[in-house]
Amino acid sequence: MELLVASAIGVLTAGGIYLMLRLRTFPVILGISLLTYAVNVFLFASGRLTVGAPPILQKGVETYTDPLPQALVLTAIVISFGMTAVVVMIALGAYLGSDDDHVDDPADPTSEGGRDAT
Amino acid sequence: MSLFLIVALPFLGALLPGLMNSAGRQACAGVTFTVSLAAFIGLLTNAPAVFAGEVVQTGVEWLPALGMNFTLMLDGLGFFFALLILGIGLLIITYGRFYLSRDDNMGEFFTYLLLFQGAMVGIVLSDNILLLLVFWELTSLSSFLLIGYWKHLPEGRQGARMALTVTGMGGLAMVGGMLILGQIAGSYDLSVILQNRELIQDSPLYLPALLLILLGCFTKSAQFPFHFWLPHAMAAPTPVSAYLHSATMVKAGIFLMARMWPVLSGTPEWFMIVTTAGLVTMVLGAVIALFKHDLKALLAFSTVSHLGLITMLLGTGTAFGAMAAVFHILNHATFKAALFMSAGIVDHEAHTRDIRRLGGLRHLMPITFVIATIAALSMAGIPLLNGFLSKEMMLEEAHHTVLFGSHWLVPALAVVGSLFSAAYSFRLIAHTFLGAKRDDYPAKPHDPGAGMWLPPAILVVLVVVIGVAPFLAEPFVKIVTASVLGDTATVPKAYFKIWHGLVPALFMSMAAVAGGILLLFAFRPALRFWDAAPRPEAKTIFEGLIAGVVAAAQGFSHRLHNGAFSRYGAIMAITVIAAGYHAWATGTVGEATRTMQPAGPVPIAGWLMLVAATVALVFQHRNRLLSLVLIGIAGLMVSVGFVFFSAPDLAMTQITVEVVTIILLLLALNFLPNHTPVESDAMRRTRDAVVAVAGGLATMGLSFHYLMRDAIATPISEFHLANSYKGGGGTNVVNVILVDFRGFDTYGEIIVLGIAALLIYALTETLLSGPVRARLLNRKPDKPLAGDMHPTMMVVLTRVIMPVVLMVGFYIFLRGHNEPGGGFIAGLIVSIGVVMQYMASGFSWTSARLRYPYHGIIGAGVLIAGLTGIGSWFVAKPFLTSDFTYVRIPPFQEFELATAALFDLGVFLAVVGAVMLSLESFSRLARRAHVRDSEHPMDIDPSRDDPASAEGEA
Repeated sequence: MELLVASAIGVLTAGGIYLMLRLRTFPVILGISLLTYAVNVFLFASGRLTVGAPPILQKGVETYTDPLPQALVLTAIVISFGMTAVVVMIALGAYLGSDDDHVDDPADPTSEGGRDAT
Repeated sequence: MSLFLIVALPFLGALLPGLMNSAGRQACAGVTFTVSLAAFIGLLTNAPAVFAGEVVQTGVEWLPALGMNFTLMLDGLGFFFALLILGIGLLIITYGRFYLSRDDNMGEFFTYLLLFQGAMVGIVLSDNILLLLVFWELTSLSSFLLIGYWKHLPEGRQGARMALTVTGMGGLAMVGGMLILGQIAGSYDLSVILQNRELIQDSPLYLPALLLILLGCFTKSAQFPFHFWLPHAMAAPTPVSAYLHSATMVKAGIFLMARMWPVLSGTPEWFMIVTTAGLVTMVLGAVIALFKHDLKALLAFSTVSHLGLITMLLGTGTAFGAMAAVFHILNHATFKAALFMSAGIVDHEAHTRDIRRLGGLRHLMPITFVIATIAALSMAGIPLLNGFLSKEMMLEEAHHTVLFGSHWLVPALAVVGSLFSAAYSFRLIAHTFLGAKRDDYPAKPHDPGAGMWLPPAILVVLVVVIGVAPFLAEPFVKIVTASVLGDTATVPKAYFKIWHGLVPALFMSMAAVAGGILLLFAFRPALRFWDAAPRPEAKTIFEGLIAGVVAAAQGFSHRLHNGAFSRYGAIMAITVIAAGYHAWATGTVGEATRTMQPAGPVPIAGWLMLVAATVALVFQHRNRLLSLVLIGIAGLMVSVGFVFFSAPDLAMTQITVEVVTIILLLLALNFLPNHTPVESDAMRRTRDAVVAVAGGLATMGLSFHYLMRDAIATPISEFHLANSYKGGGGTNVVNVILVDFRGFDTYGEIIVLGIAALLIYALTETLLSGPVRARLLNRKPDKPLAGDMHPTMMVVLTRVIMPVVLMVGFYIFLRGHNEPGGGFIAGLIVSIGVVMQYMASGFSWTSARLRYPYHGIIGAGVLIAGLTGIGSWFVAKPFLTSDFTYVRIPPFQEFELATAALFDLGVFLAVVGAVMLSLESFSRLARRAHVRDSEHPMDIDPSRDDPASAEGEA
C-alpha cells in the first residue's frame, strides 16, 4: 500500500511538473492543481498510513492515526483553493486584456510592453 | 539630563520641523534650534562628571539574549564629539535658516538635519557596539537624504548615491568586523571590549576584525582609496557640507578609530595600514585641493587631506600621536566649518563658487574676508591660530615616526602635505578676496546679514582664542586624550604652547609655509603641468564599476529569469531535484522499520483510476473541458484516498473544495479558449517530460522512503490525542487542533483566505473599469449559449434543496468538534448551496436577494474569530485560550458550549465569504459579457407574460 501511495504522489508530481512547463495559462493552472494534490498527499502521508483509525476519540479505542498532518493539510486545501482562484483571476485578466494566454514574456526581457498582462 | 534624552531629543524633535512647515521658516528653524539647544544643555549638565574623569552610563536591556542592549556611556571622547556635533549643529541651524532660499522646503531640511544629528549623537554615546552599528547606518541613510536634498540637481542625486554606496558598503564590512570583535571579547559592550586588549590582539581573528572595521572607518572618513565620494557630496547645500564634512559624518570614522584605539592600535598591522592610508590621503588630498577651482571642492579635498592627517596620527599608536589627533579634530572642526560657511556666503552673494571668476572681494565683503582669512590662515598653519599648534604637534610626531624602515619618509611626506595645505589656503585667500575688484561677478556681492556671518565668526573667535592661549584648551584635550588612551598609556606631559624653541618641527613648519607661498607664485605653470598630467577621474571609474556590477547582475539574472515562466519553472524544478539528490546521495539511509501493508483490490482500483486520470490529463490537456473532467477524477480519488486512510475531515474538505474549484475553472473557461494549440516542438516536450519524470521519481522515492520508516523523533501528536478531550473538550482531534491547539495558525489562514478573495475582487474591479470592459461588452461568445439558460427543473430543485443544504451545513458545523466536520467544511457546503442558486436562477436574481455583502461576511468572520481570541485576555489568559462547559436545557440532552465553537463560527463565515466573493467576482465578468440576464429566475415562466423575456428566448 505504501508503494501505491508513493507512486501516486510521484505520478501526480510528474504530471504537475509537465503541465506546469506548458506555454499557456490553463495547462499551467492544471499543473499547479496537480502539484497541490501531490503536496497535500505528501504532507498527509508524513503521518504514515493507517487504515480504519480516524482521529475521533472513542471509548476503548487506543490506536488513532496521526491527527496533526491532517489538520495542516486541511487548511492547506482551503488555502490552495484561494491561491488557485487568484492565479486563475490573474490569468483571466491577462487574457482579457491582451487576447493572449501565453505565460512567457517575449524573449527580450528589456523590451517593455509586448505581451503585457492586463 | 539623562543620556537617553540627549540621544532621543533630536529624533523626537525631527518630527517638529516637518509639521511646522506651514507655520513659516522662522518657526521651523526656531523649533529645530530649540531642540538642539535642549540636547546641548543636557549634554553640558553632564560636563562636571566628565571633567571629574567619570564615565556616565545608563542603559536598558533590549535583546539581552543577543547581547544587544540599549546602553549608553559618556566619557571624555564621547563628550568631546557630542559637543562638536551639537555645538556646531546649533551654528549650522542658524546659518541654514538664512542660507536656504524661499523655494527650499525648510521643514524637510531641518527634519533630515535633526535625524542626522540624532544618529551622530547616538554613535558617540553608544556603549553597545551593535547599537553603535544601528546609529552608524542611520547616519549613512540620513546623510543620503541631506546630500541629495536638492533633488532637482542630478549632481546632488548622484553624489548622494555615491556617498550611500561607499559608506554603506563600508558599514556592511564594519558589521562583520564588530561581530567578530564581539565574539572574541565575549561581549558587545564597549566597556568590556576596551578592557580586553591582550585577548583581542592575540586572537587569530584580530586581523580580519581590524581590516573590516578599518574598511568601515576609511569609507566613512574618506580615506584613500575611498576618498572620492566626499567631493561629490559637495552638491549638497552648503550648511550640509559644513556640518557633515567638518565636524560630524566624516569624523565618525575618526571617532571609531579613536574609540577602538585601546584595543586595536599598537600592533604592526594597525600601524602599517592606518599610518600609510592616512599619509597617502593627506598628501593626495592636499595636492588635488590646490588645483580645484570650485571653492567647495577645494575645501572638500582639503578635508580629505586633514582627515588623512588625523588618521595618520592615530595610526602611529603613540600617546602623543593620539593627543595631537584629538587636538587637531577640535581645531579642524572650528576652522573648516567656518571656511565652509564662508564659501557658502560667497556662493550665496556672488552666485558663483568658481575661484577663477572671483577675486577682489575684500572690498565688497570685508566681514566675510576677515572670517575666511583667519580660518584659512589657521588651516595653513600660521602661528597664533589654532591650526598652527596641532600642525606642529603633527610634524613633531611625524619626525619620530619610522615607516618601512625609513626615518625620512614620514617627515618628508608630512612636510609635502603641509606645503600643499599652506598653498591651497593661501590660494583660497588670494584668488577669492585679494587682487583687483572685478566687474563681471554674476551678482553684486556684499556682506550678508548677521545671521549668516555670525556662526562662522563665533568659530573664528575660537580659532584665535585657542591659537593665542592654547593652555585654555589643554585640560580639555587631555581629558579627551585620557579617555582615548584608556588604560593602555598615560597622557603625555607635554604642554601646549606656541613657542617650543628651535625644534625640528618648527623648521619643517617654516619650510611648509615658505614653500606654500612659493608654490602659489608658481601657480600658473603648476596648473598647466597638472592639467597636462593624466590622472584617473574617480567618478568615471566609480560609475564604470557600478555599471559593470549591474551588467553582471543583469546578465546573470536575465539568463535565469528571461521573462519566460516555463524557463524558470524548469530551472527551479531541476535545482530542487539536484539538491534533493545531493542530500540523498551524501546522507545515510537507515533500514526500513515498517513493513509494507498489503493492498486489497479497492486501493488498487483507486490507484489505477488516479493514475489513469493523471496520465490521460497529461495527454489530453489540449482539450480543456475534457481536462477539467479528468482533473475532477483525480481530485475525487484523492478524497477517496483520504477516507480510506482514516482522514474523514480531509476527505470532506477535499471534495467540497473540488466542487468549487471546478465551478471556478468552468467560469474561467467561459472566456478562455477551450483548446490549447501545439506550440512546443518534440525536443522541448521531451526535455519537459524528462524533468517531470525525474521530479516524479524523486518525490516517489522520498515518499516511499519515509513511509517505510518511523519518524526519527517522537511526533507531538500524542500530546494532541491525549489532551484533545481533556483540554479542548472535543473528540475530533483534527478539529480541536484547528480551533484550539493551533488556533492562531487557523486565524492567520482565514485572514489569508480573505485577502485572496479581496484580491480577486479588486482585480475584477480593475478589469471592469479598464479597456477590458468594452471588450467584454462587444465579445461574441465562442460557444453557443443554451436556449434555456435557467431551466425550470434546476431552478425548482436548487430552491428546494437550499434549506436542506443549509441544514446539512449547520449540522456539519455543530458536530465538528466531536465528529468529522467543522467550520471549514460547513463553510464550503453552504457556499456550494449558494453557488447553485447563482447557477440555476441567474446572477441578478440571486444578488438581488442577497442581504449581506460578502466583504462584510469575511470581515465578520475574522472579527468574530479575533474577538473570541481577545476574549481570553479578560480572564488573564493568552490570546485564543479556549474554554468549554456542559449545559443541560430540558428537554434536550446535555450538550457542550465551547468558546472554540465561536472561533469556528468565525472560520465558517470567513470561508463562506471568501469562496463566494471569489466566485461572484468571476461571474460578474461573465455578466458583463452576457447582456441577457433577467431579473427573473426562469427564462420560461408560463405564469408570466413578459415580452422582454419572450424576446430573450428567441
